[in-house]
Amino acid sequence: MEKRLSRHLSKLVLVPSAMLVFIAIYLFIAWTAWISVSSSRVMPVYDFVGLEQFVRLWSTPRWIIAVQNITIFTSLFLILTIFLGLLIAILLDQRIRAEGLLRGIYLYPMALSFIVTGTAWKWIMNPGLGIQKVVRDLGWASFTFDWIADPRFAIYTVVIAAVWQSTGFTMAIFLAGLRGIDGSIIKAAQIDGASLPHIYAKVILPMLRPALLSVVVLLSHIAIKSFDLVLALTGGGPGSATELPSTFMFSASFRRNQLGVGAASAIMMLMTIAATLVPYLYREFRSERDA
Amino acid sequence: MPRIRFDRVFIYGSLIFIAAIYLMPLWVMIATSIKDLDEIYAGSFVALPKSITFEPWAKAWATACVGTECAGLRGYFLNSILMCLPAVAISTLIGSINGYALTKWRFRGSKLLFGLMMFGCFLPLQSVLLPIAFTVGRLGLAGTIWSLILVHSVYGIAFTTLFFRNYFITIPDELVRAAIIDGAGFFRIYWSVILPTSTPIIVVSCIWQFTSIWNDFLFGVSLTSGQNAPMTVALNNIVNVTMGRKQYNVDMAAAMIAGLPTLLVYVVAGRYFVRGLTAGAVKG
Repeated sequence: MEKRLSRHLSKLVLVPSAMLVFIAIYLFIAWTAWISVSSSRVMPVYDFVGLEQFVRLWSTPRWIIAVQNITIFTSLFLILTIFLGLLIAILLDQRIRAEGLLRGIYLYPMALSFIVTGTAWKWIMNPGLGIQKVVRDLGWASFTFDWIADPRFAIYTVVIAAVWQSTGFTMAIFLAGLRGIDGSIIKAAQIDGASLPHIYAKVILPMLRPALLSVVVLLSHIAIKSFDLVLALTGGGPGSATELPSTFMFSASFRRNQLGVGAASAIMMLMTIAATLVPYLYREFRSERDA
Repeated sequence: MPRIRFDRVFIYGSLIFIAAIYLMPLWVMIATSIKDLDEIYAGSFVALPKSITFEPWAKAWATACVGTECAGLRGYFLNSILMCLPAVAISTLIGSINGYALTKWRFRGSKLLFGLMMFGCFLPLQSVLLPIAFTVGRLGLAGTIWSLILVHSVYGIAFTTLFFRNYFITIPDELVRAAIIDGAGFFRIYWSVILPTSTPIIVVSCIWQFTSIWNDFLFGVSLTSGQNAPMTVALNNIVNVTMGRKQYNVDMAAAMIAGLPTLLVYVVAGRYFVRGLTAGAVKG
């Protein structure tokens, strides 16, 4: 009797959460999708105009810039963060003294808001007072590092700050992966006379594939959502040089009274993330069922 | 064996070099925040301060201009605390009950429900931002701290449920079965069997939620305005004030004030923070 009551209770307590998730995620996505096919501008209008807003979106130069930027940003961010994170993880895995302290140092940026770190990097990369000035004062008078003020290079300053912020995270995941590898495999390879770099290339790295997959998925997700860092570092500028889909969506919806175009850009972002995520979640889900 | 020693020197050298790069922005923030403005404009941004002044901190806290209002960050700091505490508590409580019900009282469709919830961890918030804004307006909460408490509680459930579910799944079902035989009911088991074992994951969940809610900018800037804004929005406004001679020391002090709470949590409980960070990524 008590047990049957508990069975019902267990479902009952999940009802509010299930409803909230249904409304706040799935219904709201549908709502956004509807706005993206309506003629909404200043206020939401619930009519149907087909893909007009998407056509308008893709003929907006700012959006094209945003798409180009997110492609550059995501690929560089992924490559650099994975490479550096893996490198640090391997270095840290060599029975290092004070490993805990070093790990703590590499990871602390993850605890900070992108607004805080963006403010710091804006100051560091400021041509008038930052790195450029310090190097020039040291005697290298022609040294130039003014990317943050140069529309051609400003997006790379966002990459620098984002890589600095997130490498510790990749390091932590790779390090956990390395620690999960059975030491006897490595010993066996050593006995066979394999050199350390060879062991890493042929034995250890292939075993990190699951960790790599997680990293790629999580980092792409961080990259596509990047919003605060750009606003703090460059404010989307100079001009619209560092516009990203997330900043475009925000300004179209909340600053330029183009609800329809904003919703259309949000749907594009959602579809991009879903395309990378759904296979991953499906795989996680299935492997758990097998286990 | 000289070759091996050379290896070690190289490894330690690289690690320390990387650590220096990592610490540099933090150092620059602290050093700049305690220099006076003339020294900043004359000197180098990485140099040690010649004389130390805490005036920039006092200014950032009490008199700096955020938009047109010149009362410092004080009020916004309080806003962020008032927003974080209830949102962290609510989302953690709901997450723990969800995790318990989903693992110890499995039913048909419980996996599917969990999968549907988990998508919330990856959802690009832009894709629900407009409906959130409309709904918050309809509820009469537009522009208030209440809207942020509500939104952070709801969108935090996905993460907290994930944390607790992955933790509770490692607790043996026999414990629950034994309690059922003893006649304990759903809430009784939750309270006396499950909760006492879950201190670590409660800490993980609270730290994760606190850090991400404190650091949130998107919801803050979209849903609030003026004096109801959270800390991150106020910081961004201070930094973007362009009148007169730019007060970099005040900017940096403001950034430090905004970063200190989460940094402090990280220093005190970094282990739990890292666990939360990797919870979704590394299994087993």
